[in-house]
Amino acid sequence: MSATVPEVAVTLRVNGVDHELRLDPRVTLLDALRDVLGLTGTKKGCDQGACGACTVLLDGRRVVSCLVLAAQCEGRQVTTIEGLSQNGELHPLQRAFIRHDAFQCGYCTSGQILSAVSLLREGRAGSDEEIREFMSGNLCRCGAYPNIVAAIREVAEGGGSR
Amino acid sequence: MSVFEYVRAADVGDAVAAVSADPAAAYLAGGTTQLDLMLKDGVVSPDRLVDITRLPLRGVTRDNGAIRVGALTTMEELAADPTVVEHLPLVREALLAGASTQLRNMATIGGNLLQRTRCRYFRDPTVAACNKRRRGSGCAAVTGAARMHAILGASEQCIALHASDLCVALVALDAIVHTRRTDGARSIPLTDFYRVPGDTPDIENVLEHGELITAVEVPLLPQHARSGYLKVRDRASYEFALASAAVALTIEDGAIGESRVGLGGVGTIPWRARGAEEVLRGAPAQLATFRAAAEAALEGAWTVPGTAFKVELGKRTLVRALETISGVEP
Repeated sequence: MSATVPEVAVTLRVNGVDHELRLDPRVTLLDALRDVLGLTGTKKGCDQGACGACTVLLDGRRVVSCLVLAAQCEGRQVTTIEGLSQNGELHPLQRAFIRHDAFQCGYCTSGQILSAVSLLREGRAGSDEEIREFMSGNLCRCGAYPNIVAAIREVAEGGGSR
Repeated sequence: MSVFEYVRAADVGDAVAAVSADPAAAYLAGGTTQLDLMLKDGVVSPDRLVDITRLPLRGVTRDNGAIRVGALTTMEELAADPTVVEHLPLVREALLAGASTQLRNMATIGGNLLQRTRCRYFRDPTVAACNKRRRGSGCAAVTGAARMHAILGASEQCIALHASDLCVALVALDAIVHTRRTDGARSIPLTDFYRVPGDTPDIENVLEHGELITAVEVPLLPQHARSGYLKVRDRASYEFALASAAVALTIEDGAIGESRVGLGGVGTIPWRARGAEEVLRGAPAQLATFRAAAEAALEGAWTVPGTAFKVELGKRTLVRALETISGVEP
């Protein structure tokens, strides 16, 4: 990268912790999380907004972090997979994914889980059909879809409570 | 990836002044088109990005017979708006048929209008022949493999598709685009907003450089109108349309009154099928009428071998959409 790029000052609030950064304006939220903050739980799949592997919550709503500039996130709340567990205990969706074997290689999993957290908040897990439709932005090349749907359904029905 | 300066706009006037004064500047809103083309595909390379995401252009207000949608309202926000849910099912269905929830949380309504084509030749700078990227360079899609391409408003100069679902519904509803320029505001009917490629595929709409969309006004349908959006695609979800139809009808005693037809997946611009509307208006609500309307809608289609199937698919999509909203059994 060129040394002449004017840097941008940005405070990134990730999982409740503020990070004051000076970044090249071209740095995406995804790259800031992984390469600057070392939070590698968020995965880079297509890096083009098509696969959903980099899904995080921005102010509580799911977005793909590869198509957001880190500089645009000043003052906004970012939640990543590292921020889901509480007091050392996994989130109910994380435990349900393990219980249902809802992954094979695991590369899409953090994006799937963040997307599912959002799906439940949106009230869109009322049926398998609805789960499939509103999880369609998260691709799984291993084809673990039936188990992903089962894991989400279990938590939606209250079966995954802590 | 080329270097750019990042600027946060403080207000609408500042944003418009900043981009208007600099031919190499561009707006940044939801980012799902702009950043994709800049950072990933390298198709566009503005020197300065003016981030407008903090401007007060977000939200939906209802005013008599229309809603006014702030340009920075996201697709998810518009789909959840109570007036849209109650009175504009074709808008809600078109919104939710597009992209994924993640992208709909990011993509703005103003940006949806201005999204660039998904034509893979346009998005690949190593392909030299693209009249949309460089006027006069030719069209690799016309001579190469084509499928997700347009057949209406198309010619040997360009068959790039306008991929929006939402705009198909909005063009059928006679939406109005409100903009700001350095010399003031103006309003442009969406049906006059887009330009078919012709000899200048690089010019896609009537906006001047620096002109900013501030809101989109969407007239409501009559209370008793039936409407819907049907999208046909290669997979069940999260895919662009091969063909789609946004339709609205009023029907009294078996006869069609008002009719509105927009077509997607087939046009170089969001396509208003006025010929089909004329066939429908005053005619009995029955299959034969719908078929005649579909013939009129696809009249003038210009195809290459890879897109020839879309003529029949477009007709059947429109017929199915009309059957569905009218309750006429096939």
